[in-house]
Order: sequence, then structure tokens, then C-alpha cells
Amino acid sequence: MMSKNDGEIRFGNPTELHGTKVQIPYLTTEKNSFKRMDDEDKQQETQSPTMSPLASPPSSPPHYQRVSLSHGYSKLRSSAEQMHPAPYEARQPLVQPEGSSSGGPGTKPLRHQASLIRSFSVERELQDNSSYPDEPWRITEEQREYYVNQFRSLQPDPSSFISGSVAKNFFTKSKLSIPELSYIWELSDADCDGALTLPEFCAAFHLIVARKNGYPLPEGLPPTLQPEYLQAAFPKPKWDCQLFDSYSESLPANQQPRDLNRMEKTSVKDMADLPVPTQDVTSDDKQALKSTINEALSKDVSEDPATSKDSNSLKARPRSRSYSSTSIEEAMKRGEDPPTPPPRPQKTHSRASSLDLNKVFQPSVPATKSGLLPPPPALPPRPCPSQSEQVSEAELLPQLSRAPSQAAESSPAKKDVPYSQPPSKPIRRKFRPENQATENQEPSTAASGPASAATMKPHPTVQKQSSKQKKAIQTAIRKNKEANAVLARLNSELQQQLKEVHQERIALENQLEQLRPVTVL
Amino acid sequence: MAVCIAVIAKENYPLYIRSTPTENELRFHYMVHTSLDVVDEKISAMGKALVDQRELYLGLLYPTEDYKVYGYVTNSKVKFVMVVDSSNTALRDNEIRSMFRKLHNSYTDVMCNPFYNPGDRIQSSGSVSLSRAFDNMVTSMMIQVC
Repeated sequence: MMSKNDGEIRFGNPTELHGTKVQIPYLTTEKNSFKRMDDEDKQQETQSPTMSPLASPPSSPPHYQRVSLSHGYSKLRSSAEQMHPAPYEARQPLVQPEGSSSGGPGTKPLRHQASLIRSFSVERELQDNSSYPDEPWRITEEQREYYVNQFRSLQPDPSSFISGSVAKNFFTKSKLSIPELSYIWELSDADCDGALTLPEFCAAFHLIVARKNGYPLPEGLPPTLQPEYLQAAFPKPKWDCQLFDSYSESLPANQQPRDLNRMEKTSVKDMADLPVPTQDVTSDDKQALKSTINEALSKDVSEDPATSKDSNSLKARPRSRSYSSTSIEEAMKRGEDPPTPPPRPQKTHSRASSLDLNKVFQPSVPATKSGLLPPPPALPPRPCPSQSEQVSEAELLPQLSRAPSQAAESSPAKKDVPYSQPPSKPIRRKFRPENQATENQEPSTAASGPASAATMKPHPTVQKQSSKQKKAIQTAIRKNKEANAVLARLNSELQQQLKEVHQERIALENQLEQLRPVTVL
Repeated sequence: MAVCIAVIAKENYPLYIRSTPTENELRFHYMVHTSLDVVDEKISAMGKALVDQRELYLGLLYPTEDYKVYGYVTNSKVKFVMVVDSSNTALRDNEIRSMFRKLHNSYTDVMCNPFYNPGDRIQSSGSVSLSRAFDNMVTSMMIQVC
């Protein structure tokens, strides 16, 4: 019994002593002395719990109120000390029922009771920090389950985001102060996108729980709460898989490998389905398509939480992109070693590109080495698809010619290509004989195997891939056109408003002038 | 390294202003305030041109004897003003641009926080800061006062 209280004491103040007999008054004074949070809220909470220890504190967040359902709770109460009414008035209304299992870190009896409690209600898991006494920042399985359930209640799709406003409303129910919630958000929203994925949400929730239980907020996100860690440590539960497979557009929040598998399937299907495009893509189909695929993919790669989580510090902004890019790039990179990626302009904070995309494209560079240059999403600027086709072809040709050469050389070729966009046609003609010349000399190395696009073998597959890429690009183009249309409409409306305002201004100025002679004598 | 950095809202009230502690902190506040006129002048210089055509970086707003003032406007008319020591000749335009870009990024991160209401002051209050990352970033850009 004492250990439990010790746990509680420890919870509130780790420096507190353990087994003292002066527990009840000690606890109450201890807890009352912690004025870290909004005292008024806490006081409200403290008063209500004392009235009905078995009932859930009415002032606690609604989702915590499920505690009242836990009848097992009453069992606990019976087994728990009568001291618990006292601990109730803490700023830890959540802790009370726990009493026994309150996250008292590090005492075995606590753990026993923790296990008891676990069996009773899900909400109790909130307090169950006792499994890892020295790591209050570690999320236990039960806690994780609870967080995930909460996530689902807010957002049925587990692999998608919770928007900022929804999360804000939800977390505000926890009655923490706004600055603290804001700080917790800052810590947990690793990619600073204004939305929470499942790992981010779990981290935030856990921080809130910890804070409510009295732990001071950390300076930085603890390693056990990092999104990558959470993704790795807690594989997706079963119910995710089905939803996961059914989603083709939503971003995968967890486990990129699974994403890749799925996306490879879809990409393969697409490739099989796509008819050969009728556009002006000739023998360079493969490269053109690959380039267009990469282009579309780059446009598609939105703030892929998987990739962004993997690179925790990234600020991936674009959301309009699908994740399908990663699968293709992964598939393509398998047989080839990554050459040095071409330099990409730093588009900070733009939705068109991000460090994510830079990383995303690095694996795809091997594919380009075989003759494709994946243009970064924001550049080069592509005024129209036809021009882009020519450009891509031009780019491909230099690639082709250098494919047999080493990787290092191919990267400078890619670098040169963007600059050579204007003289695309001359380059093309120039490189054609080179291509034919190099064709004969090309050793069929593994890396340059697909690169020897001049050879007929890869053509069928290339065409399939290219057609698929074309389709992807076309869809991307369509989407962009729609977006453009919407924006153009908006622009015209705003322009009209501007005109009206101007007219008003002119009218007012006229009035002013008319009045002026009157005032000036 | 800047001597003073200020973030000013669309309605021309300060959201965040911070200067290296010297005796004349008010002087920097005054300089920032007067620079707002120059900023408005530069913005309106575009006339009826669309906003996109206007560059975000405004450049040197005006030089004084000891300091130079640089300006930057976002598309939502939030202004960043930076006061730089004139004696710091090593500071080139590109560096100023990159500093503004970093500022803009950090500011956007603050905006993304749903608990931040646009128009609120970007505070660093007590132990829990509303924008710790923003503060740290600004600190890194300010002059190191020995």
C-alpha cells in the first residue's frame, strides 16, 4: 500500500521520499503544492473527485470519463487503500483510480496492480507508466492501444492525418494550459505540418498524459517518442492492414516497407494496364516515361509521413502528392547503385519540393542513370507538356550516351541537361549518332543494362513503364490544370473586387476634391 | 548577425521584437517603427500589380549612420524587419536573404501550431515557451553579446 502512495508521490515529485507513513496528508499537500498547471481547473477537478471516488471526475476530459464504466475499478478501489480519496484531489484526477497503478514508476507492487487495472479498463492505461520505471516517456502497449483508439475516434483512417483544429479541440479537453499545449504540439509535430499522424498523435497524447501526471515537459522530444521509433516499436495493428490496403491515395503513416509493397503492386498493375501512349515518345520511351513518372511522382509525393518521419527534421510541406513514387523508385533502385545525385535548388518552405523529395529522388537517380533525368517537381519549369516531352527527350539522350560511362560522369550529364534545355533539338540530333556509336560499344553492364535503351530488349517493358508514367503524368497534369482553373477563377474574382475598391476610392477622392474648395478659404 | 529582429503583423503591430541587449533598446524599437513607412512605400510601389510579382525580400530599407535596416514581407503582409550593424561589412545581401528565409520558415512553423492564434504575440513566456524553436532560431541569428 505504501508503495502505491510512494508511486504517487514519486509521480508528483521524484525527489520525494518513499515509504513514509505520513502519506495521506503528505500526498495532499504534495499535490496541492504543485501548481504547474491552471490552478482553477485543477481545483475544480480536485473538488469533484473527492465526492465520488468511484465515479469519474466530471471535469476531466470527456474521453477520460469512460473511467466511470470501469466497474473493475470498484474492485480496485476495494483492494486499494482508503487513502485513495485523499490522493484524488490531485491535479491528477486520472491518477486517482489508478491509485494502485498510478504511474508510480518503479515499484513492483504497482506493476501488479497495474496489470490488474489493465484488465479492467482501457483508460487506466493512461497511467500505466510503471512498466518502465525509469522511462516515463515510453509508451506501453496498452497506452498505445488507447491512443490509437482515440486517434480512430477522431480520424477513422489510421494512416491519415488529424488536422490541427481537430487535434486542438481534442487536446484542449485535457485542460492543460494553452502555452503548454502549444509546446507539446511543437515537440510532437515533428514535420511541422500542422497535422498529426498516428505516431505524432501518440507522442503528443503521451506528453499530455505525462504532463497531467506531473512530469515536467522535456526540452526536446524524447527518443522513445520520436515518430520513427514509435513506428518501429509498434507495428501496425491488424485493423490497420485492411484499411491500409484499401487506400490508394492516402498517405501511409506507418511502415514504409508495407507501403512499398502495396505501391509496387499498384504500380505494376498500372504498368500492365496502360496502353502505349501515342505521344511523341519514340525509342526514348523508357527514359521519357521514367522521367515523367518521376516527375509525376515527385508531384505526387506529398508530405509522406513515412519519409518525413524517417527524416525527422524535414519539413515536408506538399500534400497533394501520392506516395506511389516511393515504390517505383525503390523498385528501380534495386538493380542499380545510386550515383551522385544532381544538385537540386533549395526550395525552402515551398510546397513544390522539400528535402523529402530530395531524398526521395536520390534513390531514383540510379534509374535516371539509365537514361532518365527526373526533373525535380518545382523545376525545371515546364510551361507545357509538349515542351516537356522534348526536353525530357533531350535530357534522356545525353543520359543514354553516358550510360555506359561511370556514374560520376552521368551525374554531370544530368547537371548539364537542365542547362541545355533551350538547345534541346540540336542536342538531340547531336547525340543521336553518338548514341548509335555508343550502342555498339556499350558493354552490357548490369547498371547500364536498362540504360542501353537503344537496344530493343527493354523496349516492351520500357514502353509499359513509360506508358504508365505517361498516364501518371497526365493525371498530374490534369490535376494541376484543375487547380489552375480554380486559382484563375479566384484571381478573377479578386481582381473584380480590386476594381470595385478602386472605383470607390476614385469616387471618394472626387468627393474630397469637391469639398476642399469649401474648406480652404 | 543582426542586432534587432522584429516581426510585424499585417496591421502594423509587433508580433515579436527582440534586440541584443544594449542600453538603447528603445532606439531599435523606434527604428523598426519608422521602417514600417518605408516598407509600406515599397509595397505600394507595385501599384496595381499582382502580389505575386512582388518579391518578398525588400532589401535595404534605409541606412543610418550606425545601422542598416532590411525588410521582408510575406504574402500575408506580415513584415520582418532586421537591423544590422553597419560596421559588419562582411554581411552580404545573400546572407541577409537567407536569414530572412529562415525567419520565414520558423514563422510558418509557429503558424502551423494550431494553438497559436494568428495575430497573437509570439511569446516566450516563462518556462514553457509558445515558440521555443522560433526563439532559438532568432537567437542564433542575433549578434553574440560577450
